[in-house]
Amino acid sequence: MRRLQDWLGGNAAAVVALLFLVGLFTLALAAPIIAPYPPTAQNLGNMLAEPSWQHWMGTDDLGRDVLSRLIHGAPSTLFASFLAVSVATVIGVPVGLLAGFMGGWVDDIISRVIDTLLSFPGIVLAIGVTGALGIGLTNAMIAVGIVFSPGLARLMRAQTLVVKQELYVDASRCFGASLGRILVKHVAPNAIQPVIVQVTLLLAVALLAEASLSFLGLGVQPPLPSWGGMLARAYNYMEIAPEQMYAPGIAILLTALAFNTLGEALRQALDPTRRRR
Amino acid sequence: MLANSPRLRLVGRRLVQIIPVIVLATFVVFGLLKLVPGDLAATLAGEYATEERVAQIRAEYGLNDPFLVQYGRWLLNAVQLDLSRSFQSNEPVLDQILHRFPTTMLLVVGALLISLTVGIPLGILAATRAGSRLDMVVTSISSFGVALPNFWLAMILVATLSLSWGWFPATGAVRFASDPQGAIWHAVLPSIALAAGGIAEVVRQLRSALIEILSSQYVRTLYAKGLSPAAILWKHGLKNVAVTLLTVIGLLISRLLGGAVVIEAVFAIPGMGSMVVRAAIVKDFPVVQGVVFTMVILVIAINMVIDLLYTVVDPRVALK
Repeated sequence: MRRLQDWLGGNAAAVVALLFLVGLFTLALAAPIIAPYPPTAQNLGNMLAEPSWQHWMGTDDLGRDVLSRLIHGAPSTLFASFLAVSVATVIGVPVGLLAGFMGGWVDDIISRVIDTLLSFPGIVLAIGVTGALGIGLTNAMIAVGIVFSPGLARLMRAQTLVVKQELYVDASRCFGASLGRILVKHVAPNAIQPVIVQVTLLLAVALLAEASLSFLGLGVQPPLPSWGGMLARAYNYMEIAPEQMYAPGIAILLTALAFNTLGEALRQALDPTRRRR
Repeated sequence: MLANSPRLRLVGRRLVQIIPVIVLATFVVFGLLKLVPGDLAATLAGEYATEERVAQIRAEYGLNDPFLVQYGRWLLNAVQLDLSRSFQSNEPVLDQILHRFPTTMLLVVGALLISLTVGIPLGILAATRAGSRLDMVVTSISSFGVALPNFWLAMILVATLSLSWGWFPATGAVRFASDPQGAIWHAVLPSIALAAGGIAEVVRQLRSALIEILSSQYVRTLYAKGLSPAAILWKHGLKNVAVTLLTVIGLLISRLLGGAVVIEAVFAIPGMGSMVVRAAIVKDFPVVQGVVFTMVILVIAINMVIDLLYTVVDPRVALK
């Protein structure tokens, strides 16, 4: 907690990013209360309207309130990012831990598999997995999570290789601790810090992947609102209403930027070589 | 240069090492089919298919055989450059891919060139003036570049440069073989949109690598020796970041291939990306597998070339 304060005190950008994300989460949770209109309420008499007092950000091609759709798109976007990163963590961390700690042929095999999976262009593999599992946000983000997992596994493995040399690991082994206990109680907590940084940065990558997949029609399905999906609609009306694409794009950009800023700040705070004593 | 024996032996060793990677990769590509929930044959036959049609498809694609047998047959065909036929058009998948491959590669190569020509000078500038206002500007811009959705940038470029000002074509592509100039003209905007993330990546990696080198012991020795900062940068600094640069290029090509998939959708470019997206939506699995397969083989091959280039750039790698 003390370190958190130190770190936030010295990093204005991180504070802004954190506040932005807290605000976004509040908005996402309270979307039905805050949003002025239901996200799917159409008004075909008022299509592609300019911003006005009734519709602060105008209306889309079906006369739906853009601001309301933007607010209602926040929960699915955040859910998508966290789902993908959770899947990646649940797969990647134990696998990396196991490979790093066991060494030998276990490590050889796992490392080879990791190398192979990292050779796939991420989003293309995600598209393939989504196509197989069936189109939809949850499947798409599970696919993205699977695609992220080898990267996390490799990082966790590298950390575990360092930590397992520590004396306290030998000591607990001398006391007769079981393998599971050593891994969970001693190795994992000490190896996890860079993984936490990476996970924060991955939230931004997952957000961009969600937006891309929804834009391509593989993620959130209409009429449900999503930022990527809103951009896909705006794309169709680019010639007559180019202003439609600004709000969702800026929302994506700022949220990704906030996750990245937070991740970079965490990296600096956790980096032992930069810690001032 | 490449002909001396340790390097040749390295080439041989790399070729042998790459075989299990390729086998594993093909296993993943084929395994995609196993993710399809329920009965694959019924899925392929469509919603209103008769029992006979489902049975026919099952026999036609050998879906009754054990998984490993199916995989073995697929791999054997793939090795002979037979990537099966599209469910939709019944055309050979490989023909479709070969037809679209140059279009996608033009974007990727264009974006790579832009990323490097813009990213390298900016990275050097930021690293040599680390902590200055200029460095802060460059670093912030690259943070934006990383967080920027490339397809959104593409849309903005189309809306302004194409639709409003008419400088560039808004959609489509021209085959490079028939009209190189037109092909490049059509590829300019998509490549720029694709390169935004690449520039940011090059700047970040190059900056941090160069800063580390410039603050190392031997650079301090060079200063003590009385060498000018310019000589240190050009003769010692840049030579040592070459390895980082190679790594970044390898990473970028894989990422740009992925990014091209989304960018092609914005510009309605008939490349491998739009092909795989459409195939994923209509469940044309041979096409999905074919494109994923082609891309992963391409990335593996490029990574191998980069591995070998390491030995040219850094003799220490070859001696190990």
